[in-house]
Amino acid sequence: MSTKFENISYRIRRFDPERDTAPHWEEYRVPYTPGMTVLEGLWKVKELHSPTLAWRSSCRMGVCGSCGMLINGKPRLACNTQIAELSSDTVVVAPLPNFDIVRDLVPELAPMFASHQALMPYVIREDVEEREHPTNEFFQSAHELEHYLQFTYCIKCGCCMAACPTFATDALYSGPMPLGQAHRYNSDTRDGGFAARKQMLVGEPGPWRCHYAGECSRVCPKGVDPAKAIQLMKRELVFDYLGLHKTKCPANVAGKPTDGKRRDNIPEAPPHTV
Amino acid sequence: MLDSKSHPNRLGIWGWLGGGRWGVERYLYTLHRLTGLGLLAYFLLHIVVTSGRAFSAAAWTRAMSQVSGPFFKVGEYLVFLAFCFHAINGIRLGLVELGFAVGKPIEPVYPYRTSVDVQRPLALAALAVAFVLAVIGTISMWSD
Amino acid sequence: MMRDQKLWAWHLIAGAVILVLLGVHMLTMHMEGVIRIQSLNPASVEHVDKDRVPQTRDQKSDEEDIHPIDWANVRARGVRTLYMASYIFLLGAALFHGLYGLRNILFELNPAVWLRKTLSALLLLLGLGLFVYGAWAAVMARAIARAWKA
Repeated sequence: MSTKFENISYRIRRFDPERDTAPHWEEYRVPYTPGMTVLEGLWKVKELHSPTLAWRSSCRMGVCGSCGMLINGKPRLACNTQIAELSSDTVVVAPLPNFDIVRDLVPELAPMFASHQALMPYVIREDVEEREHPTNEFFQSAHELEHYLQFTYCIKCGCCMAACPTFATDALYSGPMPLGQAHRYNSDTRDGGFAARKQMLVGEPGPWRCHYAGECSRVCPKGVDPAKAIQLMKRELVFDYLGLHKTKCPANVAGKPTDGKRRDNIPEAPPHTV
Repeated sequence: MLDSKSHPNRLGIWGWLGGGRWGVERYLYTLHRLTGLGLLAYFLLHIVVTSGRAFSAAAWTRAMSQVSGPFFKVGEYLVFLAFCFHAINGIRLGLVELGFAVGKPIEPVYPYRTSVDVQRPLALAALAVAFVLAVIGTISMWSD
Repeated sequence: MMRDQKLWAWHLIAGAVILVLLGVHMLTMHMEGVIRIQSLNPASVEHVDKDRVPQTRDQKSDEEDIHPIDWANVRARGVRTLYMASYIFLLGAALFHGLYGLRNILFELNPAVWLRKTLSALLLLLGLGLFVYGAWAAVMARAIARAWKA
């Protein structure tokens, strides 16, 4: 596309809970510079036109997951989206749908985090003492790491939740992010919490209302692929119902090597400097 | 949760149908749902109508003559098309939703290749098979 | 309330059953013009005693015009116990698959708890009612078909 334009229009969905009863659209023009991101444009709008414009952002490099917004009809990170890639000289920005609007472009993400927390996104083990005060690391092969590594890249930006058709109506459905993260722990060999998470996953909050529209994976800015995690989770749960699920023992603690012998040609480490 | 006067922003049913910028699987999801509802409506009526054979041969023949004519023939044809799509797309969904056609977890490297891309050939194959079945049925139903 | 894990697994199993049985049904009813399997529409191929068989269309001139839904075929299929059993099996699988699918869609509309319970009960009653009626019809039709043959 041509990016020769000097100015760019921003159509922004505004909502001030103190003044407005419903959101409305406002339009601003800001100077365009090559390489400009949608987030940088928002800063320009704030600087030149509307100091009251509110949104969340922090790292501006696609790591913190704060600036998820509906940009030209698609949920994306504002910092991770070049204006040039939108193929339009008008940037249409709205808060992420399927979340209440706190103000302007700020969505209320608390329900998503509540669902996330309810599915216990942490390592659950019976040996609580070892988990809380580890004596050593747990055994896990590189191959076992691959079972869940992809899902650990989630930054909880909420873009998947905004794109999910089921979450557009169903408040009981946990949504792609919490389910993806539950599967991340279910498929971690150090974890023994499948039975505990299953209490939630067999019912309404579980993966059963996912019909593979594929939107969550399509919009995920980190390639986490929540749709894949949810289908793999369904398989585990169906196999569990049919009595085919393999119960894994959580990985053992790797003991310190006792019979190792230091090779002669390895020099001693230098003394500590601090 | 924050105690603020936040404004509800769920997309509602529009969020089910919302196409435009989405991918082919979104349309297949919508179509699967619509054809499913159509097939169910037909099926419930079908049970009632075809149960006429429980009374007598004449009752069956009478029931069949009541649902003959161009209106019912076109309706039946639409049901057949819905069946072709729903059945073949259903096979795809069964494979995908049991995690057999979505690929294994991978290291996400940009540009990301997601499970949606992995199962895409299956989606296109399902559409092609459904189309072939629909053509065979069309020839069969409209040839006499 | 039954758990979705169980219901969804059966939804999938019912889908597989429907795929086979409804596939045969569709082959019988709508693809006869292209793929003809004698055992599915016996009366379309074998000689038919036209004096005894009431037909939906007048002036049946030859056996090629016997339609899959004509009584001759319905009788020929319905007289077999295997056909009757497969009808009843298909009826149950399709009712469960379809009504669970409808329940899924309705529940996604986020109804209140009392409405969820009411909808579940109504759909269960509808399903059971139609299953009993349809199964009774298949059994009765077999009896009538046998009597006709005799």
